[in-house]
Amino acid sequence: MNVSADSYYLPHESRWSILGSIGLFSFMLGAGIWLDGYNLVGPLVMGAGVLCIISTKFGWFGTVIRESLAGRYNLQVDRTFRWGMIFFIFSEVMFFGAFFGTLFYERLFVVPWLGGATNMFFTHALLYPHYRALWPTNGPAHAGGEFSRMPTWGIPALNTLILLSSAVTVTWAHWALKAGHRRKVVAGLVATIALGTTFLAMQAHEYYLAYTHFNLTLHSGIYGATFFILTGFHGLHVTIGVIMLTVILIRVLRGHFTPERHFAFEAVSWYWHFVDIVWLGLFIFVYWL
Amino acid sequence: MTESIALPAEPHHATRGGLMRWITTTNHKDIGTLYLIFSLIMFFIGGAMAMVIRAELYQPGLQFVTPAFYNQMVTLHGLIMVFGAVMPAFVGLANWMIPLMIGAPDMALPRLNNWSFWILPFAFTLLLLTLFLPGGAPEGGWTLYVPYSLELGYSFPFMIFAIHLMGISSVLGGINIIVTILNMRAPGMTLMKMPLFVWAWLITAYLLVAVMPVLAGGVTMQLLDHYFGTHFFSVAGGGSPVLWEHVFWFFGHPEVYIMILPAFGIISEIVPTFSRKPLFGRTSMIYALASIAFLSFIVWGHHMFTSGMPVSADLFFMFSTMLIAVPTGVKIFNWVATMWRGAITFETPMLFAVAFIILFTIGGFSGVMLALVPADFQYHNSYFVVAHFHYVLVTGAVFAIMAAVYYWLPKWTGHMYNEFWGKMHFWLSVISVNVLYFPMHFLGLAGMPRRVPDYAVQFTDLNMVSSIGGFVFGASQLIFVAIIFATVYGGRRAEARAWEGAHGLEWTVPSPAPYHTFATPPEVVG
Ligand code: HEM
Ligand SMILES: [Cu+2]
Repeated sequence: MNVSADSYYLPHESRWSILGSIGLFSFMLGAGIWLDGYNLVGPLVMGAGVLCIISTKFGWFGTVIRESLAGRYNLQVDRTFRWGMIFFIFSEVMFFGAFFGTLFYERLFVVPWLGGATNMFFTHALLYPHYRALWPTNGPAHAGGEFSRMPTWGIPALNTLILLSSAVTVTWAHWALKAGHRRKVVAGLVATIALGTTFLAMQAHEYYLAYTHFNLTLHSGIYGATFFILTGFHGLHVTIGVIMLTVILIRVLRGHFTPERHFAFEAVSWYWHFVDIVWLGLFIFVYWL
Repeated sequence: MTESIALPAEPHHATRGGLMRWITTTNHKDIGTLYLIFSLIMFFIGGAMAMVIRAELYQPGLQFVTPAFYNQMVTLHGLIMVFGAVMPAFVGLANWMIPLMIGAPDMALPRLNNWSFWILPFAFTLLLLTLFLPGGAPEGGWTLYVPYSLELGYSFPFMIFAIHLMGISSVLGGINIIVTILNMRAPGMTLMKMPLFVWAWLITAYLLVAVMPVLAGGVTMQLLDHYFGTHFFSVAGGGSPVLWEHVFWFFGHPEVYIMILPAFGIISEIVPTFSRKPLFGRTSMIYALASIAFLSFIVWGHHMFTSGMPVSADLFFMFSTMLIAVPTGVKIFNWVATMWRGAITFETPMLFAVAFIILFTIGGFSGVMLALVPADFQYHNSYFVVAHFHYVLVTGAVFAIMAAVYYWLPKWTGHMYNEFWGKMHFWLSVISVNVLYFPMHFLGLAGMPRRVPDYAVQFTDLNMVSSIGGFVFGASQLIFVAIIFATVYGGRRAEARAWEGAHGLEWTVPSPAPYHTFATPPEVVG
């Protein structure tokens, strides 16, 4: 029996956090230098930052996994992780909320105003009388030139199907884990990772098409801006999700989880569901309506 | 159990010495101290910038600095005081006091706690570095309004990234505080029994987690507009500069409550102690906190009355803003009622607390004036607004922080501070701060705009008065630092219950609080 399991586990030192801070600092310093026009130094400093951040992740999560395997974490620690993950996801919801809010505000208020709605009649008549408030739009100056949006029932619909199925497979894997069927867990996780990767590949292809065939670019006015920021950050989150699922798969293969204790697995599946739900919002409000 | 259990050796002091102790520490008291020291340093850096501003405004015309540098000072002063001084001070107090107040051995996520702190010095290095770039630091004001902000040169990306870092630090810190409060309470410490400081922080932390990501999203859009050719904020592409104001103030108004709710918590601890009476209307205090937090999400438009919103929006934001006066009034009433017929003594923490109640109320009143749309059309962007938010932030948030430092310094250091010098600090501060900010009301009403280095001659007298108040206030804070140093290194020994009328778990542990407290949770009764 490990005695420390009766009391709340408190680590005595944090080795990795300072490296994480240095990594973030150097990444952002480098990004700033690069954006200010120094194309060599900037990326180098950024790269150093990325290396520090990656080592931090390995080191920090490695320590946590070792402690977890050593039985240091009692149920109270488990609850801490649960609450922590819930509020982390909540912060992510608010992050996406900023971009959805932007989309709604622009689309429901700004664009009609530019088109002369409510008391903006004279502004419209005097400044840009030819502008028609239709969605999608790239504004009175036709920023980025004529473009069209991605057809809803092509790749986006397929991607919806893919992500929704991946939610099913990850839940299936979770049930299998609780029932103690290792093989099914592995199958479920592999399927989820495969679906996630397919999603990302489709998304990359979609970006390629957007730029080459639809002239839908970052410069395409407010539609292009909201399109790329929402789908881009979502794609980034899917990528992170796939990486985390892969880590979980490795841990399943190494037998780290029991049917009772497998919070890391649950945390990642919560995250995956969150990414899924964000996608539904994207599909409806960015691609469809 | 028959076998003898070898408990893992609990060090009663830090495991490492020197700098590495502070870099690797996971101890909530160490980290609290780090936050507080960091915040004090930032107070002085931000304060030095304020001195530059007041020196320049001492007379009309340009004396000391260029308009561009003046704007840089105004911008950095705001960002540093908000994100570097006030917020970290409150987080430092949370770190020190929440585990002690709820009977927890430490914060729930000690390593994350370390990281939340150690992001901050890097964030502010990034921000202050911009002073040395060609073109200097950001000039658009702490509100980063577009298009000013998008016209910045070299400093722009560093400012944006510094804000990202501050956001990461705050969100991680907020999560940690919420989890600690929800999961680390000693048996018997039910939610409704929690001290009000803890309640205030639970709600504050929730606000932090909710709105810092929105600011992060907003500045990311600025970054894209500046460097990647998007049109979030440009009308040409169908975007709108007013979008930035919505995003910023959706963050910004809850942010001002992030800076005042912990202060409310502190005052609710101090007033009962020195009135030797339990807090009046405890439950209503908790509900008031919660409703202020809720309302703070639906009032952001009061910063934008002159930005061109539909009249219906103006009206909505006017009424929702005035609603906040109700729970705020409840709190002020309850503090006064707590003092009513109490056996009051006026040690320094209580002096600051009483000054808080009076002066914060003045700031609240000017807030209600600003909330009236037709009146705000006059006051907006004038020195009246500057007077308003300095009453709520300096004589509000900062006075509460000082009250808290005097109140808990005996617990932290094991020594009593020198009461005479504490009172000196208080009286000098409270007089000079009013000399500094009260005239700004009149300047604003008379039409002096904010954020300008020069002004029309008729504003000279009041500006001189204000600047003199500013210099005295700035200088008085040196006494504060001297008192802190003196108390850390000596002074009368403090008892466990340093204040006769104090209640709460933090007073049951020795002073100074040992490195580890409540390794076995206390039993909370009654
Ligand atoms: C009764 C409560 C309050 C009301 C009704 C209120 C109302 C207002 C209004 C209407 C404005 C906008 C003025 C303008 O720009 O024309 C304003 C500005 C401001 N308020 Fe308050 N306020 C209240 C409490 C607070 C508190 C508690 C704080 C912070 C601790 C605070 C901090 C600020 C700040 C920083 C600004 C100026 C922001 C800027 O433009 O730079 N207020 N307030
Ligand atoms: Cu506000």
